[in-house]
Formats: sequence, structure tokens, C-alpha cells
Amino acid sequence: MDNRKAYRIYVERRAASSPVLKNCAAAFWVGGSICLAGQLLFALYRWLGMSPDMAGGAVTVTLIFSSALLTGLGVFDRIARYAGAGTLVPVTGFANAVVSPAVDTRSEGMLLGVGGKIFTIAGPVLLFGTLCGTVYGVVYYLAGLLL
Amino acid sequence: MSEPILLPHPVRIAARASAVGGDEYRGPLGPLFDFHDESDRFGADTWEKAEGELGRTVCNLLLARAGLSHRDVDLLFAGDLQNQCMASVCGLSGFGIPYFGLYGACSTFVEGILLASLALTATGNIRRVAVITTSHNCAAERQFRLPLEYGGQRPPTAQWTATAGGALLLDRGEGGVGVTALLAGRMVDSGLTDASNMGAAMAPAAADTLLRYFDATREDPAGYDAIVTGDLGSEGSGILSELLAARGLSLGARHIDCGMLLYDRTRQDAHAGASGCGCSAAVTAAHILPMMERGEMRRVLLMATGALMSPSGIQQGCPIVGIAPLARLEVSGI
Repeated sequence: MDNRKAYRIYVERRAASSPVLKNCAAAFWVGGSICLAGQLLFALYRWLGMSPDMAGGAVTVTLIFSSALLTGLGVFDRIARYAGAGTLVPVTGFANAVVSPAVDTRSEGMLLGVGGKIFTIAGPVLLFGTLCGTVYGVVYYLAGLLL
Repeated sequence: MSEPILLPHPVRIAARASAVGGDEYRGPLGPLFDFHDESDRFGADTWEKAEGELGRTVCNLLLARAGLSHRDVDLLFAGDLQNQCMASVCGLSGFGIPYFGLYGACSTFVEGILLASLALTATGNIRRVAVITTSHNCAAERQFRLPLEYGGQRPPTAQWTATAGGALLLDRGEGGVGVTALLAGRMVDSGLTDASNMGAAMAPAAADTLLRYFDATREDPAGYDAIVTGDLGSEGSGILSELLAARGLSLGARHIDCGMLLYDRTRQDAHAGASGCGCSAAVTAAHILPMMERGEMRRVLLMATGALMSPSGIQQGCPIVGIAPLARLEVSGI
């Protein structure tokens, strides 16, 4: 008998699970509201005369700027503690993942602190996102040659 | 040391001091602490230095309480959660007291009491020893988990590292509250690798120490007014009681966990409770010892619990190893 394995199973069974329904409901309405805000911004930018492409880019920039600002003001983590995936999944979560290490590592200096550690959380997404994009591009190009 | 060391002469706890941050001050024990800083900054510009200042504050309070100068203290056992124990180094180097830096994760406070008691018992020319431990939520979050402003959710078993520090002055004097027996903790490999369930990782070590203590002394838990654990939290406390019950030992209502006392868990977002080596230090100095001094408790077992781990160890799949040193505190001379 492996006592450590038995203990791990006992501990996992015993631990209260996260309140999934409550978390889902919070994620749904907060995440949905962020998307609604994005849609309203899109309408606003269109009304101001931007092309659909330009308006789409401006919406993303606005949302990223807002979550970066809220992270810097120390508000974002409090909203996210409630909203969970609601703030994580939209582009707001990615902005927070870049800005929060930057805020945190100011104390180690701009170069080695902020510069060296700003991508500690977002790094894997950037690396493997870029890698996947490259592979997809090559496949797309080759497929275009053959078909 | 598989059996408890019974001290031939009690080591007196001559003075005590504590300081906490804002969340801890707003908890149920808030008014009992000697000092608090609502901003958690303690006058410093970074969190790591703030923890050092917290340690310096409790050391100054301790010396003032004891009416002593730093020159009157022969040894200092101190520790914290930062890499290389930097909080203790930054905060306490200025006192010039001969120093031993300790790391026992959240068990450091009782580890320090054990070593200080041994030093006072074993030698004739050491008269007074200080034990100081601190932890700071923001410094610990940065080192062990994620950036402070990162938006995420924590599972219900997670604990909240306390911004707290505690200090004791031990000497050979008579009367008051004294340390009368010691039992060093064994490193118990829980097999767990989940850093968000520290209580479960530490509970087997706590059970090991208590079972060894009661086996060797043939005592009954009923002979104690309280059996105080450091920071098992609600999850670890529940597991400890089930592990002990399986071996026929029941602590009942005399089991108190410092981690469950520090925050109001219904009102403050602390999940399973507080942790950090400042938690047991501050709660012992501000709550447990005053109760003993007032005669409300006469015999207490104090056992801090530590989860020995590091972020790279966790990433490499190393299990979290628990440890639980124990000190017996008794009121004498009343």
C-alpha cells in the first residue's frame, strides 16, 4: 500500500470544491458585460466614422487600456476575485497578466525588474502563440501552393 | 530526538511583543496586538523592506517591554519566509545581537523557542535570548505565488499569509510562563504537491509530533488547557483531528489554531485561514501568553506547523514536506 497516494486521494476527496455555479454565474454576467461594453464601443467608434476594421482595433485597445489602468489602480484583482473567468477570458485578462508583474517588479528597477519580469505570466502565451501562428502560416502557405 | 526533552529548569518567557498589518488588525484579535500599520508598509518603500521594518518594530517593542538594551540580549534566533531570510537580516542587523537565521517555513517561531531554550539550558553564560519571526502577505505572494495585482481566484483550501510579527525574550528567571519541555519536529513527506492546500500538507507532521509526545509522556490531552497549532487552517485542523482519531487520540475543543483566530473568516476573504511564520508568533505573543499570564490557562502545548517547499521545488514535482516542532508552556510560581 502506498500511504502517500492514499493520503492524496483522501485529501482531494475531503477538500471543498470551488463554488462552481456561483463562479459560473459571476463569470457569465461580468464577462458578458465586458463584451456588451465592447459592442457599444464598437457602435460608438463606427458612429464617429471609423471603418469596421479600425473600430474593431480601437475597441481592443480601449479594453486593454482600461484593464491596464484598473490593474495599476489596484482595482482589477478585486473585480477578478469575484468574476474569475469573466475577466480572465476576454482580452482584459491578458492585459492584467502583463501589467500586474510590471507593477509588482518596479521595486527591482525598471531594467531588470520591469524589463526582465514583465512577461513572467504572459510569456508562455506569447511564445507558444507566436509559434503556433508561424506553424499555421507555413501550413496555410503550403496548402495554398498545392490546392 | 524522538522523545521530548524535559527541561530541568523552566525557561521563562520574560517579555513578548507583536505587530500586524491592516487586515490582521481588523480581525477578531486586532486590539490585542501591540502595534499595527493600516498600510502594511511600516514606513518602507517595498514589501520586502516593510517586513524587515516589521521585525525591527517588534524587536524594539520587545526590548522596551523588557526594559533592556540590545546589549543585554546574548543571542537572537530569527526567521521569516523570504529567500535567504532577508527580512530578518534587513530589519535586525542594526541591533548587533549575535544572530542565528532560521528557516522552518511557518514553524520557525516554535523552532526558535526550542533552540533558544536549549541554548539557555545547555550553557551557563547565555542569560537572555530573543526569538523573532515575521511574515508579510505581499512579500510572500510575490515570492511564492503571483504578482499582487494579478486577477485570479483561490480555492477554498488556500490560506492567506499573515502580515504579522512576534517576538519573545527568554531567560532563566523564576515564575511566570515558562517552557518546560520540547519536542523537535520530524520532516514528514505528505506526498502532496498542491501549494494551495498547505493545511493538508502539514497535518501529518502535526499528528506525528502529537502522537510521539503523548506516547512518550503517557499524558492525556485532557491535562492541557489548550493545544495550540500554528496555521493548519480549517482544512488542516479538520484533517489533524481525523488523523488523530484514527489513532485513538482526541483533542476536542482544547485544540486552537492560530491561523483560524487571526481573521474573521466569514467577513474577511481568508478562505481556510491565516498562515505564515508571523501568524503563530503574533497570536502567541498577543493572545495565548496573556491568557496564561492572567491564569486563564496554565498548561499549553504550542506546536507551529511548517510546509517546507519552494516554487521551483513544486514545479519540479517535489512533494511538500511538513514539520511541527512542539513546546510545552506552563505557568509556575503562582
